Amino acid sequence: MTRSRAGRILDYVWGGWGAGASLLLLTALWEAGHGAYGTLVLPSPRDTVAALWGMAEAGKVLPAVLETSRNALGGFLAATLAGGVLGAAAGASDMMRRLLQPIATLLLGIPAIAWVVLSLLWFGGTGLAVVFTVLVSTAPLIFAGTAQGVRTLDGSLRRMALSFRVPARVLLWDVYLPHMLSYLFPALAAGLALSWKVTVMAELLSGAGGIGDGLATARVQVDTEKAMGWVLAVVGLLLAVEYLLLEPIRRHLQVWRREMPGAGGTGGTGAGGF
Amino acid sequence: MPGLEIRGLSHAFGPQGVIEDLSFSLPRGEIGCLLGPSGCGKTTVLSMVGGLLAPAEGTIDHGFRHPVFVFQDPCLLPWRDARDNIAFGLKAMGVGRRQRLERAGRLMEVVGLAPEDGAKFPHELSGGMRQRVALARALAVEPDLLLLDEPFSALDVGLRRQMQSLVRRLIAGRNLTALLVTHDLAEAVRLADRILVLSPSPGRAAALHRIPEPFAERDDGFVHCMVNRLLADPATAEALAVELP
Repeated sequence: MTRSRAGRILDYVWGGWGAGASLLLLTALWEAGHGAYGTLVLPSPRDTVAALWGMAEAGKVLPAVLETSRNALGGFLAATLAGGVLGAAAGASDMMRRLLQPIATLLLGIPAIAWVVLSLLWFGGTGLAVVFTVLVSTAPLIFAGTAQGVRTLDGSLRRMALSFRVPARVLLWDVYLPHMLSYLFPALAAGLALSWKVTVMAELLSGAGGIGDGLATARVQVDTEKAMGWVLAVVGLLLAVEYLLLEPIRRHLQVWRREMPGAGGTGGTGAGGF
Repeated sequence: MPGLEIRGLSHAFGPQGVIEDLSFSLPRGEIGCLLGPSGCGKTTVLSMVGGLLAPAEGTIDHGFRHPVFVFQDPCLLPWRDARDNIAFGLKAMGVGRRQRLERAGRLMEVVGLAPEDGAKFPHELSGGMRQRVALARALAVEPDLLLLDEPFSALDVGLRRQMQSLVRRLIAGRNLTALLVTHDLAEAVRLADRILVLSPSPGRAAALHRIPEPFAERDDGFVHCMVNRLLADPATAEALAVELP
């Protein structure tokens, strides 16, 4: 705790060797699978990277990645806003919770793929269909996290804060938000990962551009190398978000959450959902 | 300068009366104690004195500028380390960060915390240390009235004695006035200058006792004798009966 920030960052980067080793092991298994089943079923890691590189040189990858990121983040932000506001209302009022909870449960129960079909019918093959799909499949998660966070706000901490006559800004920033974040963060992390997966799926079916569209084209051409190349691109995106954004925040939160219920279990953004 | 003056205080939560026609006065520099069984409305009175609750009937007058609470639960922010917790009240007053932490550091020494404890989070501290942090947080805002809501009852016996003498020393050394709420007669005798005994729900004044002996003379023998003498008073014994073996 007393170590410098630079030391902590160095520790974090050094800890990456473990993750690197585990990824290399997976690559070795992949290579072995390639040896056993041949190129059509499982192209070698090297050919896959070459295919991705070729597509990148042709100027296809970056626009697709940007398009997918825009759709995923757009849907995620809309979901955070909607889920956050409604979740806060449900956490603060029993009546709102009774009203909204069944709807959230219902929405969670509808498979993401069904939303893709519906939104294609409603919005046509545009980016809007993708964003909408991400919104409805992610918002219930964030709704649940926010509602739980607001409902469990500690009344005695509030009383303590009021006894010191704290201004509303300090009450929000020092008392409410840190507590909320401990419930909201796992939901946000899971929601972010989910929104990427749902985006690719919706793009694949809608042909609205992005990585999903590239995958659809590779499928039509029966080009396994390109398909794997696109998978590599989306996995790279997910890993970047996970280790450059989410994991540092998670570590920061865990400094004080070590002994609290649920601490340490916040890992895993692997919410499937479809 | 005037101290605390409570006159004809009554309060109810819904149809349930918690306090009925309570009067009590406490001169500056003294430690007053509201003693009574659980649920007799002691904490309600304390909340009203501290301005967290408006009385339904009656008046509370005091010339204190800075009343501050120490609760039974330390109520520390789990996401702030000990030093930041101590400085919390100062943040509310708009004191700058450097000055806040400096003052927090000094107070840690006053309440008997080691400098390295400052960087620990509440879950890394023992119960007694947490209560010391809460006490330092209260003292940091330089209060003139301490409102102590059973602050020692969650501690084990040895720790409780330590904290009691620490609080007594701090109150005397800083010339504070304090209002203590407790259900423990021995604790009241050990700490207070005057004790108002409350009857069970709704709380009414059952008896008022003064203890003029200076703190230095209140050893275990004295406390034992005084507890027995107070219990010989029928009104006191009746009010506390539910708490006695």
